[in-house]
Amino acid sequence: MSVSPQDVEKVALLARLAISESDLPEVTERFGRVLGLVDELNTIDTETVVPMSNPHDMHQRLRPDAVTRQNNRENLMASAPAQDQGYFLVPKVID
Amino acid sequence: MTDNALLSGSVSALRQQLRDRAVSSEELTRACLERIEACNGKLNAVITMCSELAIDSARAADKAIAKGDFGSLTGIPLLHKDIFCTDGVRTTCGSRMLEQFVPAYDATVVSKMKAEGAVMLGKCNMDEFAMGSSNETSFFGTVKNPWDLNCVPGGSSGGSAAALAAGMAPLVTGTDTGGSIRQPASLCGVTGLKPTYGRVSRLGIIAFASSLDQAGPMARTAEDCAIALTAMAGIDAGDSTSADLPVPDFHAGLNHDIQGLRIGLPREYFNDDLDPEVRERVMTALSVLEQAGATLVDIELPHSHYAIATYYVIAPAEASANLARYDGVRFGYRCDEPVDLEDLYLRSRSEGFGEEVQRRILVGTYALSAGFYDAYFNKAQQVRRVITEDFTRAFDRVDVIAGPSAPGIAFPFGAKQQDPVAMYMEDIYTLAVNLAGLPGLSTPAGLINGMPVGLQLIGKPFDEQTILNAAHRLQRDTDWHLARPQLEALAP
Repeated sequence: MSVSPQDVEKVALLARLAISESDLPEVTERFGRVLGLVDELNTIDTETVVPMSNPHDMHQRLRPDAVTRQNNRENLMASAPAQDQGYFLVPKVID
Repeated sequence: MTDNALLSGSVSALRQQLRDRAVSSEELTRACLERIEACNGKLNAVITMCSELAIDSARAADKAIAKGDFGSLTGIPLLHKDIFCTDGVRTTCGSRMLEQFVPAYDATVVSKMKAEGAVMLGKCNMDEFAMGSSNETSFFGTVKNPWDLNCVPGGSSGGSAAALAAGMAPLVTGTDTGGSIRQPASLCGVTGLKPTYGRVSRLGIIAFASSLDQAGPMARTAEDCAIALTAMAGIDAGDSTSADLPVPDFHAGLNHDIQGLRIGLPREYFNDDLDPEVRERVMTALSVLEQAGATLVDIELPHSHYAIATYYVIAPAEASANLARYDGVRFGYRCDEPVDLEDLYLRSRSEGFGEEVQRRILVGTYALSAGFYDAYFNKAQQVRRVITEDFTRAFDRVDVIAGPSAPGIAFPFGAKQQDPVAMYMEDIYTLAVNLAGLPGLSTPAGLINGMPVGLQLIGKPFDEQTILNAAHRLQRDTDWHLARPQLEALAP
């Protein structure tokens, strides 16, 4: 299946990636090559096969709803690029 | 003891020398740190060193040994792949996105190995977010193969494999999502083990593809991998996909006796596409196991050729979801002076991620997007089951499946970088093992033109012991695993 530069731009927006005008043809070409590779999947009949999301078909375990780790907020907040009084700072969203 | 003996010793030998007080952990640790300082300029295998921390840990280990109080790795220096979160020590995942990231906790693998007394020397270079098979996608520059500085070490755990081969540490960790332990182990001439999915906790491992990622050891011998796996493995309340199964002592369980072991040779791995020299090395290694009492059996994995297509939908899809967290807000890279929130997201991600990571996010986002989910993601999950069932059927007839670890020897820088599909073919023999969640091991099988080749052994789910035993036997009867690059040539 071939993809157009417009398709790539649309996917890039969904993925919140900016692709410059000058890079778009090459990104589209390489993206198309990868999709060409995965198109082989269309040659196998899987009508009755149940999709596999875990290789051992294990299900998620639930744990008791209890505190297990110490509060590490200060150390975790230290990784934020911009913060103030325990809040993450972002550019103004609402005028 | 000479430095060379320290720098080429196995974990099991060094452990004995530490316990016999023939060498101290501080001496051993200093020898490794000096080795890293001497060679890293040429190899670029290590991103971050933690020398002071290492010396402190080594001294603590020496005190513990003096009291007779030691764990399975007490005093053994090791390097972690820079994908494992380390409390207070920068963890970059090979990316500009995490260039300054200092985690607030240890990955379970790190804390478990620390609890066994291991001494962390630093963090190893890797392909960005573990996406690559050559270490050429790292933001911190390529890693050189110690066997030939013009060639790649493989990837994504290429820094770990190169450091080990160059004598920087006797033990390193890696992660393997599609071959990232086994392929660099093959290209650098070391032993690397990818455990069964669920055997080792993924808590604190920076996520790439959550249903495929698994951590494992790389070392100089299968015996050392057995020691390390025992330390790393086990259920973890912090990873709901870690398996609730007892962890055997893989080291105590090592056994040279492989009489009657049935080894399956998939005809799809040994077809006309296989490089004749790789075939010759792999078959020579298998004939050694045959002489030791194993039986070679022809088997079929008829859907093998779908593994690449399946993997390159599932892995990017899971990656696109996992990497959505890097938004320039909570941690990681943030662009300069964003004009609004959208601009902050777009530029932080485009500037923070490299080309291969962005390509995989795009492919994954496409495969999960409205209108394509069934055709790509759902379909790939169905084919994943078909591939897995091939293995299940094969394991009715055999105990182990064997093949090459990689299609060839290490290749020169740039050789495959322009064509993503050519690079993806590097993992043609390893990807299906991740899709099926099986354990796989690469052990050295000789040299081609002076460069290492690996034999891959694939086991039944949670049966790491059998592939470790087969590799252990091979390493008793041959000396391929003892081959080392010219260490002197690496120091200035």
